[in-house]
Amino acid sequence: MTLQGNAVCLGADIDTDVIIAGRYLRTKDRRIWADHVFEDLDPALAARMKGAVIIAGPNFGCGSSREQAPVALKEAGVVGVIAPSFARIFFRNAINVGLPLMECAEVRCRDAAPVSFSPEGGWVEVGGVRHTATPLSARMLDILRHGGLVEYWRRQQ
Amino acid sequence: MSTLSERILGAPAGSFVDRAVNRAFVHDGTGVLTLEAWRRMERERLACPERLSMLFDHITPANNSTTAALQAELRTFAAEQGLHFSDIGGGICHQLMSEGIVCPGEVVVGADSHSCTLGAFGAFATGVGATDMAAIWASGSTWFRVPETIAIHLEGQLRGAAEAKDIALDYVRRLGMDGGTYQALEFLGEGAGSLSMENRLTITNMAVETGAKTGLFYADAVTAYYLGEYGIRTLPQAVGEGRYARELTLDLDDLVPIIAAPHRVDKGAPVTEFEGVEIDQVFVGTCTNGRYEDLARFAGIVAGKKVAVRTIVVPASRSVLLKAAETGVLSTLIEAGCTVGPPGCGPCLGAHMGVLGEGEVGLSTANRNFRNRMGVGAEYYLCSPSTAAASALRGAIASPEGLA
Repeated sequence: MTLQGNAVCLGADIDTDVIIAGRYLRTKDRRIWADHVFEDLDPALAARMKGAVIIAGPNFGCGSSREQAPVALKEAGVVGVIAPSFARIFFRNAINVGLPLMECAEVRCRDAAPVSFSPEGGWVEVGGVRHTATPLSARMLDILRHGGLVEYWRRQQ
Repeated sequence: MSTLSERILGAPAGSFVDRAVNRAFVHDGTGVLTLEAWRRMERERLACPERLSMLFDHITPANNSTTAALQAELRTFAAEQGLHFSDIGGGICHQLMSEGIVCPGEVVVGADSHSCTLGAFGAFATGVGATDMAAIWASGSTWFRVPETIAIHLEGQLRGAAEAKDIALDYVRRLGMDGGTYQALEFLGEGAGSLSMENRLTITNMAVETGAKTGLFYADAVTAYYLGEYGIRTLPQAVGEGRYARELTLDLDDLVPIIAAPHRVDKGAPVTEFEGVEIDQVFVGTCTNGRYEDLARFAGIVAGKKVAVRTIVVPASRSVLLKAAETGVLSTLIEAGCTVGPPGCGPCLGAHMGVLGEGEVGLSTANRNFRNRMGVGAEYYLCSPSTAAASALRGAIASPEGLA
């Protein structure tokens, strides 16, 4: 799969509290999470999420295990997240809810630049410049292709 | 020899393994999405209800009808499926798991990032999200990437007013918020052996603040004695020379009380550098520092005096509260002017019971001071119970040296 979108640049150590604040968690309404995504970082960001490829600094998704964080991003229309490293629980959660992500050490973000990336090919292209990224494992790709762990798991049984 | 994580998971670092879990738990927060994912998986029964727990701690008692309705649904499910259930007031999931449930050598998974706390018993304990947990409900197992390990050698002994929390804040500032990403931390050395079980739980609790998968102490006589009180017999785990990705030495003799400044857990520095910073509220509790020893240390400093700012104390569990009541620690806290909340997470996640307002400054014994987490527009400093006590008396950040 090759995925495409427009770059939204974020910094390092983006924690799950700023992705979706604790005060919005007690609901099952995914639109609420999407509407308030990144609210404490920059309230204008939520409107830029549709078709976005987030390119962030190291340790994206650190902090709590809340799965509402990747769900909020996906629901808001984020195509994928690229960062030099991710907090491990966020990484697993993203794959499990069908949000593509990739580790890429050398990528330079240019806000609003066209981005394409290939989770199996192991590359990210920003504004026409290609960078090497860590390809996802076969199992993770399989989970993503099914749209998440629930569908993958139903198919396996 | 192998690291403790390699031994427990039975494969070298870097391998991907599928492992049955000995214990898996959710709380009232993560339980909601876990149940939703589980229902979408269309299973009728849990694979292993005897190994599963659901422990209400995050917003307990419920703060509004929406929360109450979500909790009611989980409560009904727990009763139908017959899994181990602890309702409001029972206490924080990690604390309850540490009260005679988790044993050395086990594989433990919690739907909460601070599940690494249970590594204090020499278990491989880590956090996952809701959908991973739903798959564990359905199958009893999950996958792991066996982590590389960072060895943290604790040399010497704690002296003066420094305590376990200061060790935690010290290693987090040294490693940084992503210094342990994808790896495990192992705590070794004579200093490790000298720490109580409660101290060890405080230290492993913060492993995730470096990005680490878990933090482990080797089970020893201290572990055996602690679990023996719950009628559990355990054997010590032999400390071997594992292959470590990195080694770090902390000299406990020289350690001083530390504070992490807003808004990063790794922004630690000696308390003396913040001396006099005015505060509006002190919060003592959480899975980091809500245990009996923490409350007793805090009470020992405020005994016979009055706190100068509003001070909220939340015991980590019902047994902690009961012990504090029996020993007089509870009356000491109340007489000193503290507000005591029901066992649970309290205001830590910013949902209720002590959230700060815009421009207010808080001092907390919790593990996270992320921007806006415990109150939009507020600032939070993290510290030990002793530093919290000295500061509560003064109404400003103060060193506990000479008081503890």
